[in-house]
Amino acid sequence: MVAISPDTAAAWDRAGHARRTTVLLALVLLTVAACGLTTGAAGTSPWTVLADLLAGREVALADRVVLFEIRLPRLAMGALVGASLAVSGAVMQGLFRNPLADPGLVGVSAGAGLGAISAIVLGGFWPAGLAAALGYYAVPVAAFLGGWASTLVLYGIATRRGRTSVATMLLGGIALGALAGALSGILVYMADDAQLRDLTFWGLGSLAGATWAKLAAAAPLMALALLCAPMLARGLNGLALGEAAAFHIGIPVQRLKTVAILTVAGATGAAVAVSGGIGFIGIVVPHLLRLATGPDHRYLLVNAALLGAALLILADVIARIVIAPAELPIGIVTAVLGGPVFLWILLRRRGVLDL
Amino acid sequence: MIRALLATLVLAGPALAADRIVSVGGAVTEIVVALGEGERLVARDTTSTFPPAVRELPDIGYARRLSPEGVLSVDPDMILAEDGAGPPETVDLLRAAAIPFVEVPDGHDRNAVLAKIAAVAAALGVPDKGAALAADVGAALDAATGQAARGPHPRVMFVMSVQGGRILAAGRNTAADGIIRLAGGENAVAEFEGYKPLTDEAVTRAAPEVILMMAREGAEDMSDQVLSHPAIRTTPAAVARALVQMDGLYLLGFGPRTAQAVRDLSDALARAGS
Repeated sequence: MVAISPDTAAAWDRAGHARRTTVLLALVLLTVAACGLTTGAAGTSPWTVLADLLAGREVALADRVVLFEIRLPRLAMGALVGASLAVSGAVMQGLFRNPLADPGLVGVSAGAGLGAISAIVLGGFWPAGLAAALGYYAVPVAAFLGGWASTLVLYGIATRRGRTSVATMLLGGIALGALAGALSGILVYMADDAQLRDLTFWGLGSLAGATWAKLAAAAPLMALALLCAPMLARGLNGLALGEAAAFHIGIPVQRLKTVAILTVAGATGAAVAVSGGIGFIGIVVPHLLRLATGPDHRYLLVNAALLGAALLILADVIARIVIAPAELPIGIVTAVLGGPVFLWILLRRRGVLDL
Repeated sequence: MIRALLATLVLAGPALAADRIVSVGGAVTEIVVALGEGERLVARDTTSTFPPAVRELPDIGYARRLSPEGVLSVDPDMILAEDGAGPPETVDLLRAAAIPFVEVPDGHDRNAVLAKIAAVAAALGVPDKGAALAADVGAALDAATGQAARGPHPRVMFVMSVQGGRILAAGRNTAADGIIRLAGGENAVAEFEGYKPLTDEAVTRAAPEVILMMAREGAEDMSDQVLSHPAIRTTPAAVARALVQMDGLYLLGFGPRTAQAVRDLSDALARAGS
């Protein structure tokens, strides 16, 4: 991964290519978003509803609910979650200089999973007032707190005298993940049948629970993280040369690490909290784009946000029509789509990737 | 506040003309059909598999993971759901779409069956048919449990599955525990609640005289594999080859067929014990 190509002409070409890709991806996202609004188990057509609204005609309550309370929040949630996961993946891979890095490495996923499992299994033991106040937000809130808590612990472990060791963080993440897995195992043992089914479904992810209220709580964090990400681009490009080299060309390495980790924890924590465990987006999207337009983070991060959003919306459309009126967990769709594509890329580009 | 108000309205308002009903839960669907109102169903959940005719209806998925748009797509005017159907987000959206969502209480004894029937009949607006069905089912249950009480009282262990050699057994407060009691048996596993994996030693100590399992449609017969399991092999049940398999929904559904299931099970327990 070289950020600055010695061949200026080729680099220029590449930048142009990356920009054209951005425009193309934006168009793809718009198309897929239109699909997301128009397709679904119910036959509601957004254009008819819109025409009726503009003409001041009465719109059936069921159609209004399908469009404005189900499809629209779902679409917005899918776009934000997809973009967050893909950008987080790209940032992690840049930060760890490892193509296999994903947001799970900073402990977000393990902690969020433990939080969610605790809320599902131990929900009955919470003080009644707290349980009533949280309602069905108990699981997302617990997942978010769990994700943040484990990231902060990991960051604390890996930081000594104001310097964060990426290697320590990686190893600490493995240890913390094992610990969270063990605690989750205890809770799984305590869980009853219905809770076990809930746990399984949570782990497979879904956008079906998207409501405006959940979106209002999670969107600011994801949006903030997405806005912060492009500011990391130059630093991540420099980091590709190695930490010492990056420091010597004037990149504030420690601040970069801190901001990158907080960005990833914020985006992924919020995304996992509202949608459960959705795999593959964080790994497949950045890889696809690196192969298509190169490793320059200035374009990679923006394109990852667009492609991640488009892919997740597409996966959600598939999830909800494939066995309609029932619905597949979206994690199954992303894995079924993402796994083979990823393998195919690996096989075709074995030499180039040189893993 | 508004939500609570809406819920009250929904619960208080009798569903008079509901004739596009989505039924969620195997026993709930059976009760609707037993009340002679099966024509009014337009969709069902995955667990609603009896009578076979309901399998023709669209399947809206697993009861605890209903998709709001999927449910709305069958254009229902009432959802009739067993206790625990959800998730709550979906229930809220359905209420927002002004579709009554009626929860039917669950339970694992005689009165719970009658309460389910009454709740379904009330929601369908046919309380008289409900009272008649409840009287029939109640009488049949009393007869079946009375007969079972005079029969043998063996120690029964309900084995949910034997995944990877680990035995998942039913403890207290489960449907399996309920049906074993009604059929005159004694649950051999009383140390815990719910379905949990048992260690081999605990299986030996529980010393069941009969093993009870669900018969899975299309799956291979597990009886030899279960009876030759190292822990079960030492129990009186294995020595006598006393293994009973019954259809899951029939055995554990606690619906209109439960009296017959109690009779079948107690007969099987008597045969197995002799």
